[in-house]
Amino acid sequence: MAGRPGLTEQHRRQRAKNLALLAVLATMAVLFYLVTIVRMGGQ
Amino acid sequence: MSDISMDLPERAGGACLAGGADIADFVALLKPRVMSLVVFTGFAGLFLAPGALHPVLALVAMLCIAAGAGASGAINMWYERDIDALMRRTRGRPLPAGRMAPGEALGFGGVLAVGSVVMMGVAVNYVAAVLLALTIAFYVFVYTIWLKRRTPQNIVIGGVAGALPPMIGWAAVTGSVAVESLVLFAIIFMWTPPHFWALSLFNSGDYAKVGVPMLPVVAGARETKKQILLYTGLLLPVTLAPWWLGMAGALYGVAAGLLGLAFLGLAVRVWFDETSQGPRRMFGFSIVHLFLLFVLLIADKALGGAA
Repeated sequence: MAGRPGLTEQHRRQRAKNLALLAVLATMAVLFYLVTIVRMGGQ
Repeated sequence: MSDISMDLPERAGGACLAGGADIADFVALLKPRVMSLVVFTGFAGLFLAPGALHPVLALVAMLCIAAGAGASGAINMWYERDIDALMRRTRGRPLPAGRMAPGEALGFGGVLAVGSVVMMGVAVNYVAAVLLALTIAFYVFVYTIWLKRRTPQNIVIGGVAGALPPMIGWAAVTGSVAVESLVLFAIIFMWTPPHFWALSLFNSGDYAKVGVPMLPVVAGARETKKQILLYTGLLLPVTLAPWWLGMAGALYGVAAGLLGLAFLGLAVRVWFDETSQGPRRMFGFSIVHLFLLFVLLIADKALGGAA
């Protein structure tokens, strides 16, 4: 976070990228789950 | 790399700090504006295809098309970072601006490319996956690496990549390639040359500076305008094909005809216009033209083809 002491601009940017990657991975997990359910249900 | 690129300076990409790029830079690598048109035409193919696809699988298909388009853009930016650094329009991109290391962009594009194709194959079907892989490969290897710096016909042949998304959307539903999806392909394929040549008529200075042999650079403005007229004339009957084939009703046919005539009128104006105003107007209209053609096709089907 910007206000946290000792956190440089590079750290802040890396943290934002980490959170974005987490969001992408979580979305992928949900999507794979839904696709599996749909495919198993024979559409 | 081509002969041209060997004469160009190495970019500052290697000098950027590790982790220097932020999320906006990764988004920029995906070429979001190009992606939006690709996603739209892909959706049109998916919507116009006969049959039905489960909404979750349709969403996955659209995500894969978007990711594939983004991957192509990222790999293209990785390869073209040398000339991007020299052109006004592109020098602010993440790689030439030194905000991202080249390997980072290539890795990002590569993961997206492989991931989107595998996901399309596993979740949707193999025909759509093969077409998506073909689109990415054509854009990267045939257009970007092979043709762009070698021939003024680069955008004519390279246009195949931009024209494939409706076929991918169609194949996602049907699992096949059909005459109707080839017609959608042909519309975008014939639209691409006048669209890009209109742009290059008022942007040829940049292309000449970096040695990209766009038609106005190697053949001159007069020849480019002649080719624009030729392709715009050929585009008109192609846009009417969905009506003749029964894919769309009379309303589409009339509207497509009027849009085609307006486009042809702008091409004639470009022929007589020695300023950049005509090409700029034609370039702007070309985007609206393609967008409206596909909106009309979608509307026609949504209204039950009664229009």
